[in-house]
Amino acid sequence: MENAVKTHLTLAALLATLTLPALADRLPVPNHPLYREECGSCHLAYPPQLLDAHSWLQVMNGLDKHFGSDASLDEKRRAAIADFLGRNAGGRKTGVTADAKGQPLLRISDTAYFQRKHREVDASVWKRPAIKSPANCAACHVNAAAGDYSERSIRIPK
Amino acid sequence: MRTSLLIAAIFIAASGAGRAETPRDFLTRFEKEAGTAASAERGARFFTARHGGEWSCASCHTERPTQAGRHAKTDKPISALAPSANGERFTDAAKVDKWFRRNCNDTMNRACTAQEKADVIAWLLSFK
Repeated sequence: MENAVKTHLTLAALLATLTLPALADRLPVPNHPLYREECGSCHLAYPPQLLDAHSWLQVMNGLDKHFGSDASLDEKRRAAIADFLGRNAGGRKTGVTADAKGQPLLRISDTAYFQRKHREVDASVWKRPAIKSPANCAACHVNAAAGDYSERSIRIPK
Repeated sequence: MRTSLLIAAIFIAASGAGRAETPRDFLTRFEKEAGTAASAERGARFFTARHGGEWSCASCHTERPTQAGRHAKTDKPISALAPSANGERFTDAAKVDKWFRRNCNDTMNRACTAQEKADVIAWLLSFK
């Protein structure tokens, strides 16, 4: 009897460890039509959880020079999106997204969380024509638009 | 009397702001601003040439604007730009102004002139 309970507990623990990584790799984007429309027209509407509030504030204050592109918005829309990102920023997974000097990081791909998650990806892989850059989540994470970054939804293009 | 006039004025203003425009409306608007007729041929050259920067319009929109393009940096699909292939294009003044502002800055490092905008729209409208 005691053995049976033990086996069950072990099985439960095993199941938990097997399913946890999949849960941890879900990054759903809260529904916000303006965010999807404005930010999602040039790139995936990235999960707000991937940067902390300081980083998002700085991103949203520099849209006229947004990684080499003019992504400027009228003030009403800019403020609404900045508010949305601030409210849904950071959290348990990503922690503080700042450099060694404490300056907010602006690129998700520069954060410790992103780099840890992609440490097995060789530099040459990012440059493949079907991938182009780390900004292109959906190239490999085929269900990225639905917030699914789990291992089983990864297909790395050749 | 006064109240009904006021209501009518508000109604007209509101419907004007929300009114859907057509690509031809924009062509007319920019031709008027430029004070000269648009040229589709000039628009084609403008669209496909680089203007000192890294990108031309065609870098993202391709040289065949009836087909979908891809963002040169992020690879995100961009729906076709020619109105004949995509009925949503050039129907909303806020969007037209926003994208000309951004994309002219990215490709030319300055605002586009009214003539340049008219030429591009004339060229895009030449695709059936």
